[in-house]
Amino acid sequence: MSEEMDTQNNSGAATLPHAEHYDPEGIKIGMWLFLITELMTFGGLFILYAMQSYTYRADFLAASGSELSRAMGAFNTVVLLTSSLTMALSINAILQGARKRSMVLLGITIACALIFFGVKYFEWTAKFHHGVYPGSEHWVNELNNGTRTFFTLYFSMTGLHGVHLFIGLCLLIWCLVRIQKGQITPERHMMLENCGLFWHLIDLVWIFLFPLFYLIA
Amino acid sequence: MATTTMTPPGAIPNYLTYQGRFRGILGWLLSVDHKRIGVLYLWSIVIFFLTGVALGVLMRLEMLTPKETIMSATQYNALFTLHGVIMIFLVIIPSIPAVFGNFFLPLQIGARDVFFPRLNLLSWYCFMGGGVVAIVALFTGNGFPDTGWTFYMPYAAETSTNVVLGLTGAFIIGFSSILTGLNFITTVHRMRAPGMTWRRMPLFVWSLYATSWIMLISTPILGITLLLVIVERLTGLPIFDAAQGGDPLLYQHLFWIYSHPAVYIMILPAMGVVSDIVPTFARRNIFGYNFIAASSLAIAGLGSLVWGHHMFTTGISMTSKIVFSFLTFVVAIPSAIKVFNWVATLYKGSIHLEVPLFYVMMFIFLFLIGGLTGVLQASLGADAHVHDTYFVVAHFHYVMFGSTMMAFFAACHYWFPKMFGRMYHRGTALAAALIFFVGFNGLYFTMFILGYIGQSRRYFEYTDTPAFQNLHVMATVGSWILATGVVLMFANLIGSLWFGKRSSANPWEAPTLEWQTASPPPFENFETIPTVTHHAYYFPGNRQA
Repeated sequence: MSEEMDTQNNSGAATLPHAEHYDPEGIKIGMWLFLITELMTFGGLFILYAMQSYTYRADFLAASGSELSRAMGAFNTVVLLTSSLTMALSINAILQGARKRSMVLLGITIACALIFFGVKYFEWTAKFHHGVYPGSEHWVNELNNGTRTFFTLYFSMTGLHGVHLFIGLCLLIWCLVRIQKGQITPERHMMLENCGLFWHLIDLVWIFLFPLFYLIA
Repeated sequence: MATTTMTPPGAIPNYLTYQGRFRGILGWLLSVDHKRIGVLYLWSIVIFFLTGVALGVLMRLEMLTPKETIMSATQYNALFTLHGVIMIFLVIIPSIPAVFGNFFLPLQIGARDVFFPRLNLLSWYCFMGGGVVAIVALFTGNGFPDTGWTFYMPYAAETSTNVVLGLTGAFIIGFSSILTGLNFITTVHRMRAPGMTWRRMPLFVWSLYATSWIMLISTPILGITLLLVIVERLTGLPIFDAAQGGDPLLYQHLFWIYSHPAVYIMILPAMGVVSDIVPTFARRNIFGYNFIAASSLAIAGLGSLVWGHHMFTTGISMTSKIVFSFLTFVVAIPSAIKVFNWVATLYKGSIHLEVPLFYVMMFIFLFLIGGLTGVLQASLGADAHVHDTYFVVAHFHYVMFGSTMMAFFAACHYWFPKMFGRMYHRGTALAAALIFFVGFNGLYFTMFILGYIGQSRRYFEYTDTPAFQNLHVMATVGSWILATGVVLMFANLIGSLWFGKRSSANPWEAPTLEWQTASPPPFENFETIPTVTHHAYYFPGNRQA
C-alpha cells in the first residue's frame, strides 16, 4: 500500500493543491458572524446591567452622578468616534491605492486608542484613590449594595471593553506593518476591512456604555 | 459523480497518504485539511469519551453499597464534576459537528474544504488546549472543582478547589465551538457546488447549519458568564455575591441561556445523522424533507427560549415559570415531527438492516424515552417532584448518551468505510450494539425509578435509604454491561482500521455526494467539483416525487 501510494504522492503533489480559493464576500460574512458573537458576549453583561439597574435604580443614579466624570466620558466618546472615522477613511484610502494616506489615517486611529486608554487610566486610578474597589474600607463599610453593584458592573463592562480595545489596537498595529510591507493592497484589503469592522464594534459598544454609566444621573 | 478522465482514477492520493508540507505526525498536527482535522477530533473525542465512561463506572461502583466505600464525599463531588465537564464540553458538544461535520460537511456540499481551513485547525488547538488546562486543574492546587459541571454560584466562588483553572479550560473550549460554528455557516453559504441549492442539501448539512447558529449565538454567553465567575474569584468584584448586592440567580439565568441551547447543539447534529442514514437504508427519499429541515431551525430558535425550565424550583416568578413551561412543551413539537418523518420514511421502504440502521433504530427508541420524560418535566408540578433526583439524571442521559452518542456511534459505523476505506466486522458491531442497549437501559431506566421514588442526585452514599440498594445494584451492573458494549464497539472499529476488509467507494449504495468520491476521499475531495442535478436522497430507478 505505502509504496504504491508513495509514487502516486509524487505525481499527485505536482498537480495539487488546486487553485487558491479567494472570496472576499465570504471572508466578510465570517467577520460579521464573529461580530455577532461579540454582541452576544457584551449582551450577557447588558442583561446583568438591565436586571441590576432595575433592582437598584436609585443607587445607580446616585453613583453615576457622584463618581463618574461626564467630561472625561464625553471626551473619550469623541475620541473613539473620531478614531472610527479615521479608520473608515483609512480603508477608503487603501482602496484608492493611497498607501501613505491610509497609513497616516491608521496612525491617527491608533493614537486615538492610546488617548482613550490614557483617560481610562486616570478614571480608574481616581476610583481606586477614592477606595472604590472590592475589599477597601470604603467599599466594605460605606458603600451600599446598589453602589457596589454599579461599580462592579462599571469595572466589568468597561474592563471587557478595554480588553477588546487593546486587542483592536494590536490588530491595527499589525495592519500598519502589513500595509508598510505592501501585504495589504487595493485587491487584498480584507484584513484591514475586517479590523475596521471590529473597531467600529468596539466604538458601538462604547456608545452604549457611555450613557448607561455616565449620563443616567 | 462527475469525474473527468484527465487523470486516471486514484491518481490523486487519498487524504491519509497525501504528502503535504510536513511528514509524519506533523503532517497531522499542522494539517489544515478538514478531513485530517476531523480525524484528529475523532481520536481526541474517543479518548475523552472512554475516560468519561470510566469515571461514570467508578461513580456507579461507589453507589453499589449504601456506605462510603471506594471514595470520599469530596472525591465523589470532584468525580461527577469531571465526568460532566469531560462529557459535556469535550465529548458531546463537539462530537458529531467537530468530527463528522468537519469531515463530511464539505464533502456533502461538494466543496474542497471548509471556508476557513486555518481557523478550523485553530479550533482543534483551542479544544485540546482547554482540555489540557482542565487536566492541569485536576492535578494542581486543591484538585478539580467539586461544583458540578454547572459551576453554580455562590458555591463556585467559595470552594477552595481549582475553579479558576477549570473554568478557564471550559472558556477556551468555547472558542473552539464558536470557530467551528462560524466556519460551517460561511462554508454553507459560500461553498456549495453548482446546483447544490438549499433544498438539495443533505439534512445532515441542514442540522449542522442550525447547530452552528446556536453555537455562534449561545456560546459567547457561556464565555462571558464563566469569565465573570473567574473575575469574581480573582478580584472579589461581587457580580453574583448576594451579600454584596450581586445576584446568584442571574448566574443561573446566564448559564442556562447558553447551556439549554447547548442541549440542542448536542442533539441536532445527531438528528441530522439519523436523517441521512434512514433514507440510505430504506432506499427511498426521506419523507417530509422540508419539515425536517425547517424543524431543525425551529428547534434552534425555540430551544434558545426555554432555559428557565432548569430553574423552576429557584423561586423565579410564576409568570415566567408558566411561559418557560409552555415554550418547553412547544419545543417538543419539531422534535416529534422529525421522529414521525423518520418512521414514515421507513414505512414501505426497501429496508436493508445494516449496522448503521440498527444503531439508528435504537436511537429512535431511546430518544423517545428521553424526549417524553422531558415533556413530563416541562410540567411545573411534576418537575417539583423529580427535580434534582436521579429521574433528571436518567432523562438527560437518555437524550445525550442514548440519543446523541448513539447517533455518534451510528455515524462511526455509517461513515467508517468512507473515512478509512475499510469495513468493520458486522457481527461484532451488532453484538456490541445489543450489549450496549441492554446495559444502557439497565443502568438508566433503573435510575428513572430510583429518582421517582426519591433518590437525590449527586449523593455519594445512601445510608438513610438502604432499601434503595437493590435498584442501585441493578444500575451498577447495568453500567458494567454498558461499558462492555462500548469497549467491544471501539475495539471492533479500531481493529478494523488495520484488519478490516477493504471497502468500495459506496458500500451502502448511499445517495449523498460524499459517497460519489473514492474511499478514503482523495486530497481536496473531488478532482472536479461535481454539478448537482438532484435532491439529496435521489435513488435512480425509484419512483419518487
